[in-house]
Amino acid sequence: MQPEPVESPTVSRKWRSVLGGLGPILGLVALCIVGTALNPDFATVDNLMNVLTRTAFIGIIAVGMTFVIMSGGIDLSVGSMAALIAGSMILFMNGLAGGGHAPLLVVALGMGLALVLGLAFGCAHGLLITKGRVEPFIVTLGTLGIFRAFLTWFADGGALTLDGALSDLYSPVYYASLLGVPIPVWIFAAVAVIGSVLLNRTAFGRHVQAIGSNEQVARYAAIRVDLVKILTYMLLGLCVGIATLLYVPRLGSASPTTGLLWELEAIAAVVVGGTALKGGEGRLVGTVVGAILLSVISNILNLTSIISVYLNAAVQGGVIIVVAFMQRGRR
Amino acid sequence: MSLSIQFDQVTKDFGAVRVLHGVSFELAPGRVYGLLGENGAGKSTLMKILAGYERASGGEVRIDGTARRFDDSRQAEAAGVVLIHQEFNLAEHLTIAQNIFLGHECRKGWLLDDAAMRAEAARVLQLVGLAADPDTPVRRLIVAEKQLVEIAKALSRRARLLIMDEPTATLTPGETQRLFALIARLKEEGATIVYISHKLDEVERVTDEVVVMRDGRFVARAATAEVDRRRMANLMVGRELSDMFPDKEPPPADAPCALKVSGLSVPGWAEQLDFEVREGEILGFAGLVGAGRTEAFEALIGLRPRSAGQVELGGRPVALRNPRQAMKHGITYLSEDRKGKGLHVDLSLRDNLTLMVLRPWLRLDQERDALVHAVREFGIRTGDLAARARMLSGGNQQKLALAKFLHPDPRVVVLDEPTRGVDVGAKRDIYFLIRRLAAEGRAVIVISSELIELIGLCHRVAVMRAGRLQATLGLDHLTEEELIAHATGTR
Repeated sequence: MQPEPVESPTVSRKWRSVLGGLGPILGLVALCIVGTALNPDFATVDNLMNVLTRTAFIGIIAVGMTFVIMSGGIDLSVGSMAALIAGSMILFMNGLAGGGHAPLLVVALGMGLALVLGLAFGCAHGLLITKGRVEPFIVTLGTLGIFRAFLTWFADGGALTLDGALSDLYSPVYYASLLGVPIPVWIFAAVAVIGSVLLNRTAFGRHVQAIGSNEQVARYAAIRVDLVKILTYMLLGLCVGIATLLYVPRLGSASPTTGLLWELEAIAAVVVGGTALKGGEGRLVGTVVGAILLSVISNILNLTSIISVYLNAAVQGGVIIVVAFMQRGRR
Repeated sequence: MSLSIQFDQVTKDFGAVRVLHGVSFELAPGRVYGLLGENGAGKSTLMKILAGYERASGGEVRIDGTARRFDDSRQAEAAGVVLIHQEFNLAEHLTIAQNIFLGHECRKGWLLDDAAMRAEAARVLQLVGLAADPDTPVRRLIVAEKQLVEIAKALSRRARLLIMDEPTATLTPGETQRLFALIARLKEEGATIVYISHKLDEVERVTDEVVVMRDGRFVARAATAEVDRRRMANLMVGRELSDMFPDKEPPPADAPCALKVSGLSVPGWAEQLDFEVREGEILGFAGLVGAGRTEAFEALIGLRPRSAGQVELGGRPVALRNPRQAMKHGITYLSEDRKGKGLHVDLSLRDNLTLMVLRPWLRLDQERDALVHAVREFGIRTGDLAARARMLSGGNQQKLALAKFLHPDPRVVVLDEPTRGVDVGAKRDIYFLIRRLAAEGRAVIVISSELIELIGLCHRVAVMRAGRLQATLGLDHLTEEELIAHATGTR
């Protein structure tokens, strides 16, 4: 037994796990109070929906990222992957529309392409990491460069823009609302719920956790480690695909700056949400709260003039380090 | 130049939990002491206080009559007190010589004096009998060799009081012999030695006196010559321990063959192994560390590549390419490395228990029932069902690991060193459990380095040497002498 140097090991462990779960939520509540105090526009329904809609892209990707990080992996390429998927979708849809196909079919096929590409890229990552035995950091650092370079090449350094008619047809996917809640927020909620069920209620989720906690033990326990790892990267790819098909109708274009630093935001959301970067431990609810918390910070920066909006990424980077600092030695 | 030690009312609290309750005893200089106790008796904690790894909450430790309190292990080492850990403290990427001198590097001006360190390292390596180049990176060594490097490291510190915590857990009989010779020599040179071990036969052979602890208290001390093993075991558990081993009931004469292996070859480890085990039979595997026993069975269930060999389970030929297929065909393997390969110490008991047999959709209530059942069935002692595996003692972790690898209900189960680092009471529980598994008609294969265990438990014992099957001994040939002779090739 390894007794903890505190009053009572059991009680303190429970307290700490409760605190660990509440930490991000308490942070979010505190931020909202600060935001309301600084600017009355903060606490309006419009602004809330605005924040949630903006969270959707990063939040959906962060859900997938939680699985990858929980299994002990990492994916640095998600921002570039989103950009390449966005560019490919636009080229594909413009091409099909030029061939005289029905616009609705074209948009549906374009959305399908986003999902297929996400799965394919994730599968490629997974195969290189498991069968090719290259570190996930290296594989996805490589594809981070590759994906964005291909988009820049496709776009010839400029932007790829969706044809006007298609754009009008596609834009409700981002701009429309259902019961007063924007479509991206609904989809974000659905992805989060499905992710949570997958993580907590299926053998796949338990296996992901077991691999991240100790891969060797998992292997000896007859878990198909390679398959599970490949699936986590495919799941993340699928999430990137979903986020991208919500993102494209927003601007109707893709450029070399599309999805820039999304990997930072997605990984930050996962870490702020309490998932250990070395794997094995984490919570999906935490990730969702973490993603919202990060976009609330950037929203407050937008609404107030205390810190320049240009320092947004600096604040997010700072938040990651502070949270990691507070979590150190937790295990 | 040796040290005398007096513990005076030493207490240690971890929060509200008191693990040492005023321990007082003395160690005279220049003698070899066996420190006995079950897991959790407090012997390791007491020795960590002595060697500067922990601080006492109360009481005094006097060395040669002066009260001393070490802030860290460096200060203790400077005073001549060195502890060899049960777990290794070696930097895997550094060489043997670099590890031996870590934190005490020899210098020539501003630069490291590699030549001097290499020479001294070679000297101490020779003393412990490890034939390895001091420039070999530690990560290339097998576990037994790492243990020898730890001992060599202690020697290079010129210890006057040397504490060894389970030093032979991973050593072969030959290496153990060499260690005993070394202990005798250190004693002659005037060192005081504290020897912590679960192996009572070793304690009997190597120590002058035994000190027994139980539940954080000093229980008894006696000259080793005056107590037999049985008495030692009784003192440790605090109750009369009836026979350690269950009765051997041989499997029925017509019991069918459960597992038949022919021509199994594992590149670099094993060649042309043929053996079979019947239902209800306990087959032992003896051999020195590195004889290829573990590797052969890892290859059998598909954890490492094999170059040849046929496997029949229940009379049908099967192809086992990975542990999952092996499990589906009814064979599981529990590794010797409990914390590295057997259990997820950071996960809960439930998650560990059911990991191998999860259905796609989890049924948390069924998992909980399974845990309650397993805790009762396997006698796992835990205060909290929601605890993580690391909170359990070694023996209870091992019982949980056994429960985990039996959860898929295998017909053939391979147990690699099932009682390593486990106290006497838990050992006995595990022996009776293994017996019960056989009585239920399962075939059990036990790989073990403890000959007494193999002799007491198994119906037949196969002996491996350098990757080949040397002999298979039946009940009437099971003696320590026979086993050692085949394992070392002197027959």
